[in-house]
Amino acid sequence: MSDTAETARELVAVDSPPAPASVRLDGDTPRCVGAWTVAGIQGLSGRLAGLPWPQGSVMLDGGGIDALDTAGALVLIDTVAELRERGCNVGLSGLRPSHQSLLDLVSEHVQTVREAAAAEPNQPWLARVGQGTVARFSEGGNFLAFIGETTVVMLGSLLRPWRIRWTALAVVVQNAGLTALPIVGLLTFLIGVVIAYQGGTLLSTYGANIFIVDLVAIAMVRELAPLLAAIIVAGRTGSAFTAQIGTMNVTEEVDALRTIGINPFEILVLPKVLGLMISLPLLSIFADVMSVFGGMVVAKFLLGVDFGIFLDRVPEVVSGISFVYGLAKTPVFAAIIAGVGCYQGFKVSGGADSVGRQTTQSVVQSIFLVIIANALFAVAIGGRGLYD
Amino acid sequence: MTESSREPVVIRIRGLRTQFGRQVVHENLDLDIHRGEVVAIVGGSGSGKTTLVREVLTLTRPAGGSIQVFGQEVADGSAKAQSLLARRSGVLFQQGALFTSLTIQQNVAVPLREHTGLDRDLIDHIARLKIALAGLPANAAWKYPAQLSGGMIKRASLARALALDPELLFLDEPSAGLDPVSANALDELILQLKDSLKLTVVMVTHDLDSLWRVTDRVAFLGERRVLAYDAMKALSRNDHPLIKAYFGGPRGRAAQGAEETAWKPESVIPS
Repeated sequence: MSDTAETARELVAVDSPPAPASVRLDGDTPRCVGAWTVAGIQGLSGRLAGLPWPQGSVMLDGGGIDALDTAGALVLIDTVAELRERGCNVGLSGLRPSHQSLLDLVSEHVQTVREAAAAEPNQPWLARVGQGTVARFSEGGNFLAFIGETTVVMLGSLLRPWRIRWTALAVVVQNAGLTALPIVGLLTFLIGVVIAYQGGTLLSTYGANIFIVDLVAIAMVRELAPLLAAIIVAGRTGSAFTAQIGTMNVTEEVDALRTIGINPFEILVLPKVLGLMISLPLLSIFADVMSVFGGMVVAKFLLGVDFGIFLDRVPEVVSGISFVYGLAKTPVFAAIIAGVGCYQGFKVSGGADSVGRQTTQSVVQSIFLVIIANALFAVAIGGRGLYD
Repeated sequence: MTESSREPVVIRIRGLRTQFGRQVVHENLDLDIHRGEVVAIVGGSGSGKTTLVREVLTLTRPAGGSIQVFGQEVADGSAKAQSLLARRSGVLFQQGALFTSLTIQQNVAVPLREHTGLDRDLIDHIARLKIALAGLPANAAWKYPAQLSGGMIKRASLARALALDPELLFLDEPSAGLDPVSANALDELILQLKDSLKLTVVMVTHDLDSLWRVTDRVAFLGERRVLAYDAMKALSRNDHPLIKAYFGGPRGRAAQGAEETAWKPESVIPS
């Protein structure tokens, strides 16, 4: 191809760094030279005002400008404007026609640029505090409204169970329950091991090895297994609920559901709440089993308590009340996690940034509320079910 | 050929092959784009227009062939190619793709912060100029993308694409979702910038009015290659059945009629 050599040469020339923009005093005439481009004006800003500009009438010569882009044109216009402010009578001459037209284009918009700089929103701190306070309070109100709407939809659906989206519910049970089995099992097993190990060392110094069963089984079944399962599910599934509903909110899928005549609560919230209320108790029982198993392993190898002896003692120390108490908390935890997850999802507005923020909020709030609820349960039950 | 063919080639595509699974999108596709040209890429849905642009931008890796931008091979997606494109080209994405956590001014300032050593005040100043150039009102600089309408998001995204005064501008469906007045203003802005900055513009568009008004040449994609690459006037007389179907509909004829009879841009928008 004949034009290849020429092409290569010109493109190399474009690649080589341009001479930086500067202003040269030529007698009484300041001449702008070099590349007045975004790359060329790097060293220029702030230096122009300090130049020994001539007094009175100045004719700025722009003939030596090699290249000009909008950033360079803006700096040139600013310089001229500043000199005029100082009382100089400034003119600009000698520009190439293409540079002149670019300069005209930029100067058309300089007014808007100044207005934009002046339009910076500046709120006094008191206003921000006020707005923050109002936002917090209305958040509480919004959450109550959300709980109310969910309850109404749930009661309506329970009265007409054929309206429940069973497929969506089954998907939630699978994703939140079945696929969480390995992680819940492993983590609660390890916690069982750790509790038995830490407590067992102490117990063995008193020769009270058999009480390892009491320690592990009661602590796990009554408190730790349900709580751990809830926390894992909050991090794993609550966040997913928020991210899913949040993204659907951003892409207007939630609005699309409304326009088709499907209540988003019915298809998005209710299956999640019900599905989690089914899976979390099951996960919690699984967590009971795995953590007690963890304790059993330590008891056998560290304390010499055989599996048979251990298992015989479990029903003696874990009363029916303890087991039911541990289990009865979990549907409440599930409702908290699913409710907060969905609520935060609906709060997403704007885009990716908001999805991230609300997902964080969702996990933090649901774990916080789960632990508070757990404390309330503990206060309510007191010592019932323990050795009576 | 047009006079611009004497200008150096900015983008040179040779033997390009694109494949998703078993579906071949491009095969043996050649295309040259010269400096200062406004080239539109058109074609039916699924003809690989956006994919072609994404390949030039190294966002999608082609299955074979060569793509040279400013004489540098970019089809391999090397770090050198990516840095070249980041510094010397700007992209207007179809959905705007503004960073939602930043104000419009901060969005436009991102490329300037990343690639220049200018001080903060000057960067913000330049960013506000780009926002004004893109035709946004003064108070838009401080808003977040979520607070803007679809058309304003397009403009803000254009402002970000122009942040570094790139020599090469990629526009994916620039006028889609814009009202006719804004679409005209955008066309006008592209023409102005092209003349003043010697900008090379590659646009994917379905807007027939834009095709007639701003493009120097139009590449028609079909049958996995460039079926025709010509000025709009010549392309509208092309006899290939796909091209005839594309431009021969009532919309195509209306846009052509409007261009050839009375419609002069100067009479619509006073400069």
